[in-house]
Formats: sequence, C-alpha cells, structure tokens
Amino acid sequence: MSIRRHLLAAFAAVALSSVSAHAVTLRYANQGDLKSLDPYTLNETTANAHLGHVYDGLTTRGKDLKVGPGLAERWEILDGAKKWRFHLRKNVKFHNGEAFTADDVIFSADRVRAAGSNFQTRVPKDAKFTKVDDYTVEVELSSPNPIMIAQWDTWYIISKKWAEANGSAAPTPASATTPSHISLNANGTGPFKIESHQPGVKTVFKANPAWWDKKEHNLDEIIFTPIPNAATRVAALLSGEVDVIEPVPVQDMARVNASDKAQVLAGPELRTIFLGYDQSRDELLESNVKGKNPFKDVRVRQAFNMAVDKETIKTRVMRGLSTPSALMIAPDLFAHSADFTSPKFDPEGAKKLLADAGYPNGFEVGMDCPNDRYVNDAQICQAVVGMLARIGVKVNLNAQPKAQYFAKVLKPGGYKTSFYLLGWTPGTFDSHNVLNDLHGCRAEGSPRGESNLGGYCDAKVDELTAKILVEADEAKRNAMIKEAYTITTKAFAYVPLHQQALAWGVAKNVKITQRADNSVLLYWAVKK
Amino acid sequence: MLAFIIRRIAQSLFVMVAVALIAFLMFRFVGDPVNQMVGIDTPQEEVARLRESLGLNDPAIVQFGRFVWDVLHFNFGVSYQFRLPVTQLLAERAPATLELALTAAIFALIVGVIMGVYCALNRDSWLARVFQAVSLVGVSLPTFLIGILLIYLFAVILGWLPSNGRGQVVKIGEWWTTGFFTASGLKALILPAITLGLFQMTLIMRLVRAEMMEVMRTDYIKFAKARGLRTRSIHFGHALKNTLIPVITIAGLQLGSIIAFAIITETVFNWPGMGILFLKAVQNVDIPIMAAYLMLIGFLFVIINLAVDLAYGLVDPRLRVAMRA
Repeated sequence: MSIRRHLLAAFAAVALSSVSAHAVTLRYANQGDLKSLDPYTLNETTANAHLGHVYDGLTTRGKDLKVGPGLAERWEILDGAKKWRFHLRKNVKFHNGEAFTADDVIFSADRVRAAGSNFQTRVPKDAKFTKVDDYTVEVELSSPNPIMIAQWDTWYIISKKWAEANGSAAPTPASATTPSHISLNANGTGPFKIESHQPGVKTVFKANPAWWDKKEHNLDEIIFTPIPNAATRVAALLSGEVDVIEPVPVQDMARVNASDKAQVLAGPELRTIFLGYDQSRDELLESNVKGKNPFKDVRVRQAFNMAVDKETIKTRVMRGLSTPSALMIAPDLFAHSADFTSPKFDPEGAKKLLADAGYPNGFEVGMDCPNDRYVNDAQICQAVVGMLARIGVKVNLNAQPKAQYFAKVLKPGGYKTSFYLLGWTPGTFDSHNVLNDLHGCRAEGSPRGESNLGGYCDAKVDELTAKILVEADEAKRNAMIKEAYTITTKAFAYVPLHQQALAWGVAKNVKITQRADNSVLLYWAVKK
Repeated sequence: MLAFIIRRIAQSLFVMVAVALIAFLMFRFVGDPVNQMVGIDTPQEEVARLRESLGLNDPAIVQFGRFVWDVLHFNFGVSYQFRLPVTQLLAERAPATLELALTAAIFALIVGVIMGVYCALNRDSWLARVFQAVSLVGVSLPTFLIGILLIYLFAVILGWLPSNGRGQVVKIGEWWTTGFFTASGLKALILPAITLGLFQMTLIMRLVRAEMMEVMRTDYIKFAKARGLRTRSIHFGHALKNTLIPVITIAGLQLGSIIAFAIITETVFNWPGMGILFLKAVQNVDIPIMAAYLMLIGFLFVIINLAVDLAYGLVDPRLRVAMRA
C-alpha cells in the first residue's frame, strides 16, 4: 500500500515538474563543487562567485572590477581614512521578506571576524561598527586604511534575525559535528534565491523578482552541476546539455571553437604565475652546493631571470594563452605596470653571470611544482628545467599533487623548498597584498611574508609597504608602489612568468561577461 | 556449523580492522587536508587553529584510536569539504551507485548469457566471431576510454543520449531517489550501465560459452539426443540450466566489484554516486569520506564472501563435513 502511494506521488511529481518548461534555464558546470552555503566558510573565488548570486556585499565590483555601491548606496571617508560612514540602501528585502537594516551589517561584521570564519581579514580586527540609525553605519579604525573596502564585495551581508533564529549566529567551523542551517540554506538579498542544494551534486537558483538592483539577465533559473572530469565537462557543452563551463582545458579549446554549438571565451586572468627560490637559508636543502646558498647571490638570481624564456613558455606550453609578465602583479591592477620590462632572454649572458658568481659549471637544485593547481603547471616546470639546463643548472623536478605540494612548501611544512613554482592573485586586487605577502620580511608572530616562501627580505620594501597601506592619495601611493617594485625587480626577488588565461566554454546562444578575476557571474548572462 | 559461522565472522572482523588500519596509514601520505580547506592567503594562525580543532596534531595512534572508536559508534565524522556528516553524504549517494550497479549487473548477466549460449551453439558462425571480437574489446579497453567513446558517439555526435548526470530523479520514501520512473532517468542510465557492465558481460559470455561447450559433450546430453528430445529443450532445459550454477556464483561475487569499481564510470559520466564522491575526496584529502568509503567497500566484500562461504557449506556436503571438524 505504502509503496504504491510513494510511486503515485513520484509520478505526480514528474507530471508537475514538466509543466513549467518555458522558463529560461541556464545550465552551468564547473570543475569544483559548491560546498557550503555559509558565505564565511571558504574564501575561494568559485564559492564567492556562486554565493554572489544569492548574497550582496556593501560594495560591488563591476564588469571591469571597479568598486561600486552595493547594499551601501554611498559612503564618506572621514578623518584621513580613520573613519568611514556608510549610507545603506533603503527598501532592500532579504529573500524571506525581512527588511535589510544597519543591524544586519553590524551582525555580519561581528560574525565575519568570529572564530571559524575563513574571511576574518575582510574586516579589520580593530574596526568599531556603530549604528547611527537604521540606514547609517559608522566604522572607526585605530589607524588609517584607505583600502578597507577593497574586498567588501565578497563580504556578504547576512540577516541577523534569520541567522539567530536558525542557530547560525556563529560561522560554521570546520570541526562542526552537525551541519548548520546556514550551510545548507541561504537567505540573502541577491538577484537569485537558492531553490535546492545538494552539495557536490546539483544546486538550483531561481531568479529573485524583488531584487533591488536593475536586472541585466533574462534567466528564470540557473542549474549548477559540478563536473570534475574535464573530458565529460567538454562533452556536456558540445552536446548542448550545459550552456556554460569553466574551465575549458587548453588542449580542448580548438575543438570547442570548431563546434557549431559553443565557443571559448578567453581572456587574461589576474593570477600571476612565478618561480621563487630559497634565498634565506645558508645552505639549500636540495642542492649539490654545500656550505653556501647560490641564490643569496643576486647574479645567480639575475641569471635565472635571463635564462627563462617567457615567450617560448607562452607559445609552446600555454598555446598562446598567457601574458608574459615583468611584475608580480597583473597589469590591470597596477597603473605603472608598463614602466617595467622583463630582463632580455639571454642564455649566454646568464652563463657568464653564473661564472662570475663562481658557478662556471652551474649547479644542481631540486624544484617543487604542483601538477594539478594551475594551467599546465607541471609542463611549465618541465620547460623551465630544459631552459636552465642550457646554462648548466641541473634541476631535479618534483612535480606533485597540490595536496602534497602545499603541505611541503608553505609555512606549516617549514618552507621546505629550494626552488618552486607558485601562482598568486592579490585578494584585495591591490599591490599592498603582493608586497606584504610575497615580499615582506618573514617575522615570528607576524602574518607578514607568510607566503614569501623563498624568504626575500628588504627593510626598505617593508617600510614602503607599511606606508602604502595608510597612504590615501592615489598618485603618491602609486609612486611608492613603483619605488618598491623597482627595488624588488632590481634584486630579482622572483622570476615572474605570466598571467595565465581564463577559458570559459559558452554556448552560442548565451551572452556572458567574463570578469578577469575568473568569477562566473551569471546575473550578467542573457540566453536567447 | 555454528562454530564455523562464528569463526568466519571473527575472521571477517579481523579483515575489517586490517582495512581500517591500512586505510588510516595510507591517509597519512595523501597530503595535508587543511591546505585544501582554506585559501592560500589565509593567515597561518587560523590554519593552526583549524589543524588543532580537527585533531590533526595528536599522535597517529591517538587519531587511529579515535577513528576506530567513532566507527564502532557508527560515526564516520564530518566531511572536511562539505561540513556534513559522512554517513548522510554516503546515504544520499548510495541509491545512484546501487541503481547503476544493479542495472549494469542485470545487463551483463542477460546479454552475457545470450551471447555466450549463441557462441557455444553456433561456434563457427560469423556472428559468434563478432561476439568474440567484441568481448575482446570489453576485456582489453579500459573503462574510461569506452565511456568517453560512447559519450562522443551517442551524446556529442548523435545527440541521442545524455553525456552526464542521472537525469530527472524521483524521491521514494525518506532516503531513496530513483531514475527508473522518468524517461530522462532511464536514458541517462543506458551509457554508464553499458560502460560499467561491459567487462562483466564479457566475463559471463566467455564463462557461459566454455561451460556450455563442456556440458554439450557430457553423456546425459548425448542420451537426451538419443532419446529424441527436441533440440530446444536439450539446449535450454538441460544444458543451460547446468551451465548457470557457476555463472550465478560469479555474477554474485562480481556485484561487489561492480559497486567498488563504479568509481571510474561515475567520474566519466559525472554520475552522482559514492564513487565520484570518493574520488573528489581523494583530490581534496577529505579523510573522513575516504575512510568511510573504504570501510564500506571492505564491508561489502566481507559480507558477500561470507554469504558465499555459508551458501557453499549448505550446498556442498563435503564442506559440511569440514565444518563439523
């Protein structure tokens, strides 16, 4: 009896679901999952982009990554960037109908900085939030911070009432033993609502007709499916079962473009891929040079910069889909990028520099490289091995999965690397992050230079970095950034290689905007 | 008999503990889960706090003890990636894997038996040769390649069948979801089931063919022919029946490996089952999922083998003597 009832219910469900067939549905597949719906659980581009459909920040970033007003209509910077006043948008409603007010902003500011949040650095620790009235919030800082709001577009505002009523007042910690309501449900102010979410299988978004901003899409529904296998993902696009995929593997791009159903949307990404070397230890961990560290000699670092042919990597390894870079930051993110050029590719000159430094026959060094993290990462490393062999440096390549790679080379693993490949996108889209995290002197008990795996250190750069953080005048600030980069490039702190290219597969009947930070934002998608 | 059963169960328990230990030791070499859970620019003090809260700083033996203790309480922990209980994740994915495995097994059994019988009876016909050639492909080509070839032919070029996913599923009861009742669900099942079942189908076909040819030579078949029975009744009433006993044993044993090896098929077809969950867990060093999945598959094999052993004991009188001893 009960089985029959279930079956009847099942057939009824199928019959009902085929009624609403005329809605515009966009199907999107990504290699990664949407894991938790709690917007403070994992700070990762893909997750942030997904949740950006559902939640809004106080600010937004437009198609060109320019900061614009979001839930905050406008703001004033007072007292030399020590005090900020935000005027909140009125008549904004959360998906459950509650009105958005200053209480929600203050609640979100506390929650995002609480233990267990992966976004603690979004809002400075010392920032004091005060509610002036329901639609005005003031933030006071102990020191000026002109780039405080740089990442606020992905600091999503959560409803205080809703979170508290559903036991989600604290961020969902990694060690939670029971799932929290907010990791499976969402209640934002954004252009889409979450209709259903099965982690790792499928998430359905429905358009929010009551969204406060002007709608630029014509979608009724977005169905997101993670498809980790690249061949399957491409096949799904070519057979027309999905409309948008990210990423398209480099070797499949020509085939996608040759099909009549879809095309590749490619563009430069903000992530810079670079090589780094250990210049802090007195003896390298993996080298035949004993008793000294060749990378402490600037001539050796210069030789490495001259021996690596970025153009060949672009044409041979990246199939044209990279932008060779002279700096550790993408040109879009720094106004004076054009003033810097890479050292000329010159293996003979490099050899001579090595001989001057006391290595006429080169030396041997171990290299760590991830093989599943960046576009063609292991192949880039192999190309570098060949190029360095020409100047007599024998590189013993250890290409490994990212899980092992990061465990070895990052701080918790004790920076156990002599020579490595890494990629970096400044989370703030600003040079301060690059200078502080990749070029800052490492110091016990300070987060500065934590990702500076090679241990480059220059007191003058640190001094400039500290000034850059608090300088509110843009021209002065850019001049100081330029000065810092001049020092670091003269010292050959790294070997910047390129900005890799984004590659999205898009069906021909879909128009979509590609933002350079690789956020797939379908609220700008139009499907014919 | 009872002593035999108890002994077998004790052995099975030992196997399970060994699986747990090996699984656990292996996990110490797959990498650091914490780096997969945070962004690269996450402050290190937060990373350290996370590591502490997950108990990763404790000595290995303490971690193993805690793991076994939790497993005994049927608690497989919380997935690092999804922050959901592993038991819930596996339970949600189990119907997809089981339906796929079952369909693949039935496909393998039916098609394999038909092709095997045909090959045995018409040994020299050209169709039998074609079947033999197909079976060679089934044995020698790796599963993922067959899957991708099928996708390109039937999904991309012809556009008849979907390339990935389960199609529309229907919920039955609290836990079960099925694709059996919708057209898109059934269509989605065809390619992965063929891919997954092809190897078993080949195996069964070759087994049936060999067994059947063996049986056809036995005396009672000759006598049956001499008695003037109709060919059809000799072939299917007498010969095939006797062929099927080993075939069913093998098919039963293979069901376990179909479920376990669904990993590859599920990945190629993006089938939302337990296998793809496991594979993604390996990439993300999601130890709780890996541990639970390995324990589950170990348990499955132990149960199937235990059942087969016990069934043999019931069927074969010689074993029954050994059991008493």
